[in-house]
Amino acid sequence: METKTDISKQPAVASTEIVISIAGLHKSFGSNKVLRDFCLDVKRGESVAVIGKSGSGKSVLIKCIIGLIDPDSGSINVLGNEVTKLDHIKLDRLRVKVAFLFQSNALYDSMTVRENLEFPLRRHWVNTTKEEVDVLVVEALTNVGLAHTIDMMPSELSGGMRKRVALARTLIMKPEIILYDEPTTGLDPITAREISNLMVDIQKKYNTSSIIISHDLNCVKLTANKIVMLIDGKNYAEGKYEELSKSEDEKVKNFYI
Amino acid sequence: MLPKVLNNFFDEMGSISRFGFRFFKEGFVPRYEFREMIRQCYYVGYRSLPLVGLTAFIMGLVITIQSRPTLVEFGAEDWLPKMVSVSLLREITPVITALICAGKIGSGMGAELGSMKVTEQIDAMEVSGTNPFKYLVVTRVFATTLMIPLLAILGDAISLYGAYLGCNIRGVVSWQLYWNQVFETITYGDLIPSVLKTFFFGYAIGVIGCFKGYYSSKGTEGVGQSANSAVVLSSLLIFIIDLLAVQIIDILNLT
Ligand SMILES: Nc1ncnc2c1ncn2[C@@H]1O[C@H](COP(=O)(O)OP(=O)(O)O)[C@@H](O)[C@H]1O
Ligand SMILES: [Mg+2]
Repeated sequence: METKTDISKQPAVASTEIVISIAGLHKSFGSNKVLRDFCLDVKRGESVAVIGKSGSGKSVLIKCIIGLIDPDSGSINVLGNEVTKLDHIKLDRLRVKVAFLFQSNALYDSMTVRENLEFPLRRHWVNTTKEEVDVLVVEALTNVGLAHTIDMMPSELSGGMRKRVALARTLIMKPEIILYDEPTTGLDPITAREISNLMVDIQKKYNTSSIIISHDLNCVKLTANKIVMLIDGKNYAEGKYEELSKSEDEKVKNFYI
Repeated sequence: MLPKVLNNFFDEMGSISRFGFRFFKEGFVPRYEFREMIRQCYYVGYRSLPLVGLTAFIMGLVITIQSRPTLVEFGAEDWLPKMVSVSLLREITPVITALICAGKIGSGMGAELGSMKVTEQIDAMEVSGTNPFKYLVVTRVFATTLMIPLLAILGDAISLYGAYLGCNIRGVVSWQLYWNQVFETITYGDLIPSVLKTFFFGYAIGVIGCFKGYYSSKGTEGVGQSANSAVVLSSLLIFIIDLLAVQIIDILNLT
């Protein structure tokens, strides 16, 4: 399967290739219009931060990208695939290349750390032997500095450790794109910084592209090349951290207080 | 316009029926989750056995003790094993077993799937190449549908032992005589319909427990609510199914 191609060996493309392209995205729940004509492009190797108030539809946005939520209209193109039109087999194949770090980590309570990491490998029909799986699991855990927790249950880990294990689980498929849903929310400032640094390391090591949902400006400053402000369901403003911090717009300025 | 409460009720019934129907639609096409299915059968069956056994035993015992005075009044004390075994096998043990399981298994599934839902574990499964409905719901509904009849049959046997003890508390009935009387009385017409309805009990417990968990509302409060309403609704449904089953058996003259 194409899942086994080693992304780290691919040349760093001169970041003109667009890996995620969202246009005219609409989504409402009943009368609650969450996304209204949202547009966004992400280039290969680029990290885009999406910031917005809580409840502004950030999670809805990235869940649309991975096909967990069906948008009402609009197009989402990920690595050349129109997500809304894929059948479930093609969607599963795409999800091998696109990883998702959930806000609540979503570690399986009933499984050990090892089983948690093995789960995506086994489920994605990847033909790997028991030994290969073991090597991959240890490698992923070592990447986040938690090799010693391999036989523990998620409930025995601290919040920061759980976030790292969840990150290791997203890395195990060697994804081309990582979607982070509020990776530092609920963590203390020191742990939050550690996680941010880890995200930067991962980006450098595997040349992944990513969308980072956050309202932690420190994390955004460290990890993102570009910032997008999701206000009123639209891509309200877009630019580098410093550019946006000089903006005169009231709604944009609110985020920098 | 229907009142809002009724409206919501029918709305929910519709959703549950669709959910239960989806079990058949998705449960019998690959990919099959055999490992998970066996694990669930173990949880549902083996783990509930002590509880079901104990209640069945006590039921057999007390029903016998309670029935004796009436029979004595008519001078029909000899009939005690006959009468008690029929009421145990046809009605009491299957329903009690199902109710115990609704409490233990239904609430467990509501809480487990509910917390998986609110902590996004169900979403995580979906992005990991797994159909969460098949992996979580189909396996559980399958386990309850198969295991509750088994538990009920074991419960039947255990409750008859309880009844034997009950017969011997005041009077004396020999082991041999007791079982002779029981097997003389009980026919397949008693046993088969009673076992058949437990399949429906099991299916109802699984579907309701999973439905409540799978569509749990956000937040930890929602998880508790899911577990609670799973028990209430599945217990109620067990009685409704029982009522229907008795009518159908009666109409078809299966007794
Ligand atoms: N499955 C759903 N059903 C109904 N409303 C939803 C659903 N998911 C999200 N919403 C609504 O969409 C809005 C945006 O939610 P979300 O994307 O989770 O916000 P956030 O930006 O904090 O991540 C909220 O008002 C929420 O109530
Ligand atoms: Mg969110």
